[in-house]
Amino acid sequence: MTMHGIDRIDRAITRATQAGLPLVPYPYHDVAAEVGIGDADVVSRMQRMLEEGVIRRIGAVPNHYALGLVANAMTVWDVDDEALGRLGPQVGALEFVSHCYHRPRRLPVWPYNLFAMVHGKNRAEVDEKVAVIATLLAGSCRSSDVLMSRRILKKAGLRLAAR
Amino acid sequence: MDEIDKRIINGLQGGFPLSERPYRDAARVLGIAEGDLIRRLSNLIDQGVLSRFGPMYDAERMGGAFCLCAMAAPAERFEEIAARVNAHCEVAHNYERAHALNMWFVLAVDRRERVDEVVAEIEKETGAKILTFPKLDEFFVGLRIEA
Repeated sequence: MTMHGIDRIDRAITRATQAGLPLVPYPYHDVAAEVGIGDADVVSRMQRMLEEGVIRRIGAVPNHYALGLVANAMTVWDVDDEALGRLGPQVGALEFVSHCYHRPRRLPVWPYNLFAMVHGKNRAEVDEKVAVIATLLAGSCRSSDVLMSRRILKKAGLRLAAR
Repeated sequence: MDEIDKRIINGLQGGFPLSERPYRDAARVLGIAEGDLIRRLSNLIDQGVLSRFGPMYDAERMGGAFCLCAMAAPAERFEEIAARVNAHCEVAHNYERAHALNMWFVLAVDRRERVDEVVAEIEKETGAKILTFPKLDEFFVGLRIEA
């Protein structure tokens, strides 16, 4: 992945907007005033960060619990290493999987190397989706587990510390 | 939440303009007035339907990192440990999960070396051992949530 890094001014813009854009008619003007640069500089720097992927997107960040997706499961799978490169993208391509990663095993307590997040309106809906993944991985997966969320303890996103 | 709120949530999860009056421009596409959009966004945030409205930053692309971490917090100390973990601004989110490893949180840092530092700080403050699960490969990220 290309590393872009950010300079001191980008960092100040990030700090001024990471908790949200001001809900006023000229939000970038408020950001500019806080950072101490011109309005056009804020817009051009944010445009550059968007193009570089430093900003993934600008918009509404929904709380999936509030929208009824209350069953949130981290499904984890112990997949044969040689099959992971082929099967991981297939699991990731399932329309109900929101995140899918290869992560390290932590033996002996944690044998799982594939993590797929599944959301649903209830446990039964999640179980149906888990069964689809299990079918896809059949033959290459030794064991699996489903970790249901009990509670959101924090949901803030990136917050840069003051330096 | 009415039809217009749903239209805002579904239509504005990305692509918010970098223009002089972006709420006016976005409101025009949604067929509502600028003031109406601002008021509705404010209400949706107050109601907790939206976590926030604005840019989503990617710690990795800044030259930093994300790291998933897990811990087995004893039941009688769970709230205290959660408070200590959450007090770190590097903890982007944190979930209680039904498992012996019952606390799962993600660190988002703008310098890679901060992951190990924050993990060590939390272990010292809580006395609990942290397992780290850095991403080795990403197969997919990005679900659009329909209201």
